[in-house]
Amino acid sequence: MEQLFAAKEIVISCGSGGVGKTTTAAALAAMAATRVGGRVLVLTVDPARRLANALGLEGFGNVEKPVPASAFAEVGVAPRGELWAAMLDTKQSWDNLVQRHAPDALTAQRILDNPLYQNVSGRFVQSHDYIAMERLFEIHTGGQYDLIVVDTPPTRNALDLLEAPQRMAEFFSSRFLRLLIAPYRSKLINMASRPFYQVADRILGSQFLQDIAEFFILFQTMYAGFVQRAEAVDRLLHDKRTTFIVVSTLEAAPLHEAEFFVDALSDKRFHLGAVVLNKVLPAYLLEAGAAVVAERLVKDAAPIAAEVAPRAGCAEDLVERVLTEMGENFLRFQLVAQREAEQRSELAVSPEVVATVPYFESDIYDLGGLLKLGEQIWS
Amino acid sequence: MTDLLDRKLLFVTGKGGVGKSTVAAALALLAAERGKRTLVCEFDAKGNLADFFESGPTRFQPREVAAGLFAMSMDPEESLKEYLTLQLRLPLMARIGPLARIFEFVATAAPGVREILTVGKVVWEVREARWDLVVVDASATGHIVGQLTAPQAINELVQVGAIRQQTDWLVDILSDPVRTGLVIVATPEEMPVNETIELAERLENETVVDLAAVVVNRVLPELFGRAEEEVFDRLAGGAELNDALAADAAPIVEGARLAVTLRRSRAEHLDHLRDSLPSDLPLLYLPYLFVRSHGMRSTRQAAAALGAELGY
Repeated sequence: MEQLFAAKEIVISCGSGGVGKTTTAAALAAMAATRVGGRVLVLTVDPARRLANALGLEGFGNVEKPVPASAFAEVGVAPRGELWAAMLDTKQSWDNLVQRHAPDALTAQRILDNPLYQNVSGRFVQSHDYIAMERLFEIHTGGQYDLIVVDTPPTRNALDLLEAPQRMAEFFSSRFLRLLIAPYRSKLINMASRPFYQVADRILGSQFLQDIAEFFILFQTMYAGFVQRAEAVDRLLHDKRTTFIVVSTLEAAPLHEAEFFVDALSDKRFHLGAVVLNKVLPAYLLEAGAAVVAERLVKDAAPIAAEVAPRAGCAEDLVERVLTEMGENFLRFQLVAQREAEQRSELAVSPEVVATVPYFESDIYDLGGLLKLGEQIWS
Repeated sequence: MTDLLDRKLLFVTGKGGVGKSTVAAALALLAAERGKRTLVCEFDAKGNLADFFESGPTRFQPREVAAGLFAMSMDPEESLKEYLTLQLRLPLMARIGPLARIFEFVATAAPGVREILTVGKVVWEVREARWDLVVVDASATGHIVGQLTAPQAINELVQVGAIRQQTDWLVDILSDPVRTGLVIVATPEEMPVNETIELAERLENETVVDLAAVVVNRVLPELFGRAEEEVFDRLAGGAELNDALAADAAPIVEGARLAVTLRRSRAEHLDHLRDSLPSDLPLLYLPYLFVRSHGMRSTRQAAAALGAELGY
């Protein structure tokens, strides 16, 4: 892991929701700042207040903030480098993008004022995915950081993230966009496109259709800049300085998504740096001998209690209940641990890229907790 | 309070990974077992709802997966097709060419269209009164508010047109707490609890949909009472148990300790959740199901547990 982080400039953490992606990204960034050194940025999409607190920050936003040295000092760590944090503000990033690509200030303002814009900037073409990658590109080009660790939005389809730049470029050059805009530019409607209007008109109403068209006519002024930019973002994601980390738990659904993502990465020639398996139950639950003991505790709780109780100085009936509970509890957890082990063995990736992180019994409250988690992934 | 299953439409949402589909499947199965003709609809076409019934993949056309229980998965494009033919009686289907491309464009370019075709379809099923209950395995907490507010958003953006005419009855049904309710699924962990509290507030402030219940999933059993815990500590600290068994009991002791610690840290989150939600909001507890895999058997277990919580 240390080699990976020393060799790369961008690490993108992905996986389905609820698997600990954000915390993993933060923990890895903290580890890299501590062990590898240099200036490390963690860029997150998750506005978790606890994460900001854990980093010793009041909060953070679109602008990067340094994690104070005191936060490291408090947990007795002297980092070799610096750790910075920023959160992706989708709306703000879109506004910046419009201001950058619009041909002039007036057009930019007209776009920002358009009633459709707010809706559109929040929703269309997987805009969150795109804007995350776009912001990454912007920061990377700024050249201020030696390493950027990115936490990604929870995607319903893992491919959306990888394809977002390309789809954005395609969208702006699409035939339908031109079709939609054409009649508002000239009176000539192509006979071939007439049915399309009839349908669109019936569904949306001509006024709305016209609003949309106006909006996209404005948006098209940014076409060249947008497409160029989207292509540059795509190149950066494929660059050998960029690597992906797939985070999952050993539950069926997230793991299935993770496998799908690992395949997609290899299909599309992205670099897979590591698979991090979070919240894995402890290995002692799998011991075959222990299962036999647990079964004995359940079956022979009474005679065992009769022998143990007087020696331990406890009431026999209480001991019997405790032994039964202990035995049953072990067998219940073992069932889940076995299921996890099976899932794990079915994961078709080479084992050297897999990092396993045990179930943390408590939540992470400070940088110390993040580093402890980071060490588990690192080793 | 209206009985949860007496409503006509239940949206089930929750943070990713908390067991949203488990709860949607269990609620639907419970309703069907109680004699209600039930439809369960999965919004995410790539989801795994079918696994919970071991029924093979779900499609747009509902399919019976258990007695009285039908399952379908949402497909906004199919929904549009159905809408055009059934409601607009649009005769030019044959001539408009590949609908998929037009749909893709309209749905991408026009905000809210995809959402309205998704939400609209299930509300339509309620309006047509084909079912006693429609349970929706809806989008995760991040997207649900956007989806549920789409009809109003469209109302503001679109002045005329077919979609506009549809939004009124949509809003009527969605805003009626007798017919429609939303269920949030959480686990007793920090992030899911926080998201649940935030979502409950946003629902109240931004949508017309009534929050019907919160289901807390994966609640760990209480292993020991107070006296038992003292005995456990005594046994864990001594050699008596190992001697009596003539074997190493350490893994079993550690396993019990794991269960106790996990339950304790979860209890704090649970308290926080209970304190932060309206006091009259029903909280239903679903125990951690220690099962090998999700299937009909675990869905039945979850349904039985929810039934017990609802007092059936």
